[in-house]
Amino acid sequence: MQSRGAIKNKMMKKRFRWSEFLAEKLITATAFISFAFIILIFIFVFRETLPIFSPPEPVVNVEELGEQETYGDLVLSDAEKAAEEKEKSKVAAEEGVTVENLAGERWQPVSSKPKYGLIPLVVGSLKVSLIAILFAAPIGILAALFTAAFAPKWGKEMLKPAIEILAGFPSVVIGFFALVVLATFIQDAFGLEYRLNAFVGGLALSLAVIPIIFTISEDAIAAVPKSLTEASLALGATKWQTALKVVLPAATPGIFAAVILGIGRAFGETMIVLMATGNAALVSADLFEPVRTMSATIGAEMAEVVFGETHYNVLFAIGSILFLFTFTLNAIAEIFVRQRLMKKFKGN
Amino acid sequence: MKKIIATLLLMTFSSSLFAADVITVKGSDTMVILAQRWAELYMKKNPNVTIQVTGGGSGTGISALINGTTDICNASRPMKPSEKQKLKHRFSSLGVEIKTAKDGIAIYVSEKNPIKELTLQQVKDIYTGNITNWKDVGGADSRIILYSRENNSGTYVYFKENVLDDEDYSPSCQNMPGTAALVNAVSKDPNGIGYGGAAYAKGIREVAIKADADSPALLPAAENVKSGQYPITRFLFMYVKSKPTGAMKEYVDWILSEEGQSIVSKVGYFPLR
Repeated sequence: MQSRGAIKNKMMKKRFRWSEFLAEKLITATAFISFAFIILIFIFVFRETLPIFSPPEPVVNVEELGEQETYGDLVLSDAEKAAEEKEKSKVAAEEGVTVENLAGERWQPVSSKPKYGLIPLVVGSLKVSLIAILFAAPIGILAALFTAAFAPKWGKEMLKPAIEILAGFPSVVIGFFALVVLATFIQDAFGLEYRLNAFVGGLALSLAVIPIIFTISEDAIAAVPKSLTEASLALGATKWQTALKVVLPAATPGIFAAVILGIGRAFGETMIVLMATGNAALVSADLFEPVRTMSATIGAEMAEVVFGETHYNVLFAIGSILFLFTFTLNAIAEIFVRQRLMKKFKGN
Repeated sequence: MKKIIATLLLMTFSSSLFAADVITVKGSDTMVILAQRWAELYMKKNPNVTIQVTGGGSGTGISALINGTTDICNASRPMKPSEKQKLKHRFSSLGVEIKTAKDGIAIYVSEKNPIKELTLQQVKDIYTGNITNWKDVGGADSRIILYSRENNSGTYVYFKENVLDDEDYSPSCQNMPGTAALVNAVSKDPNGIGYGGAAYAKGIREVAIKADADSPALLPAAENVKSGQYPITRFLFMYVKSKPTGAMKEYVDWILSEEGQSIVSKVGYFPLR
């Protein structure tokens, strides 16, 4: 005969709870749904890109099409009639669209002969991201080092949330600030020819990137085992020496990941660069000339492009490039944090 | 509870009975305020008609007309042949064009810029990048900073086709998202030049335009635009699939009537006559 306790135990084990079962399945489903969304977006973006490589639409024969009806009893004056005739002859010259050269140096998508050169857009994105990261990385990392290693407790409690709030700052607000205030300030300070340029955009963008670099770096620095710091201090090193020569090197993989994610954010950010960079598709190394970034191009043009047209597909091609770029960056960052950082601290 | 359901049912029934006339209007951002004003006033006078106005741009409006998701499409540029063909393919009709108002595109510079007038050819040379210094058109010796609208704007297309003779904008042209941003940029840039609808913002000045070297320099004022004398004048259109009938005809006729046209000048554009 089994004891009472054993029977009870058995019942506990076997008892089936609907609520538990459902909760478990629900959580699993949520995880898989978000994964499925990413895959679906991935497929969608690439599917919309593909038609670039299909043959162009045939040219419309205007004569065959015939005249459009008009409504209303407006009688045109001679000047207006002449203008309308001129307009019609121009419209008739419209050509079929081909993607001749995505590697061209001109971005003029709305034209009788559209030019879809992506080079100026890629150069623009790289330029702005570079400037942003040059500002954001040192500031973000040093701020993180200060917060984690030097700041008194109350300072830590205040600084971290404050900088993290900056991450939730609407980018339109930063962009507007750059457009109205920062641009004029920079132009007056440096005597620049162009008020809106890559430098202003990059500087404004760094405001959005700093919190990302700060947060992740701070986590990495705070995760450095206390034993390392204590050993260093016990050996007679000053606080500064400990921070710079022991803590910072130990946190390098995490900080590296932070910078990589920061670049990803800078690359994908749209609103700030749309407002502050001037959006001229120029190819040059001058940091004080206006630029047009890939993300700003999509943001500005997607709204009114005719669905299914070549221009629409090219915008999706830009989207694919952006997607691949940030995807790669995130993957690199992940590998660095997972493998290097963890290995280091687990002490093999 | 029963009462509530009954009321709800009644409401759905009555609304489907009385508000049979819903007209959707979609298209040009240039015209969206004008179209809203028209709709508000018309609905006040005719409570049984509902008019829904949305923007999105001329291209968006025309594709909505082609896709059958809007009744009326607003456009600040004429339909392209390829668009007409798509409409014909879908509805076997080329569509009907209704001219509803006129707009003069102003060229503006900063208040600090001494330039008072330009010829159309000079404007073209400036925007295509052939003239890059203000001294070549009688101004100070400094570089011309070009500001343009984004290329999704009907104004961008109109300006390119009619002022630049379909040549490309200079690559150094800075594209601003929206008229407000453009006006703001020009007002802060003494070497800047921009274009757009008549704007009365602080810090900018409209430049008088000459059709050619011998013609008079004109500002985009009401009489010059209405007569078509101002060289950069365009129509603002409405497009429908077929000749308007019923409630839509009444609405379009009202827009073309004196009352409808009087609203046009209140929002900064110009009536047809």
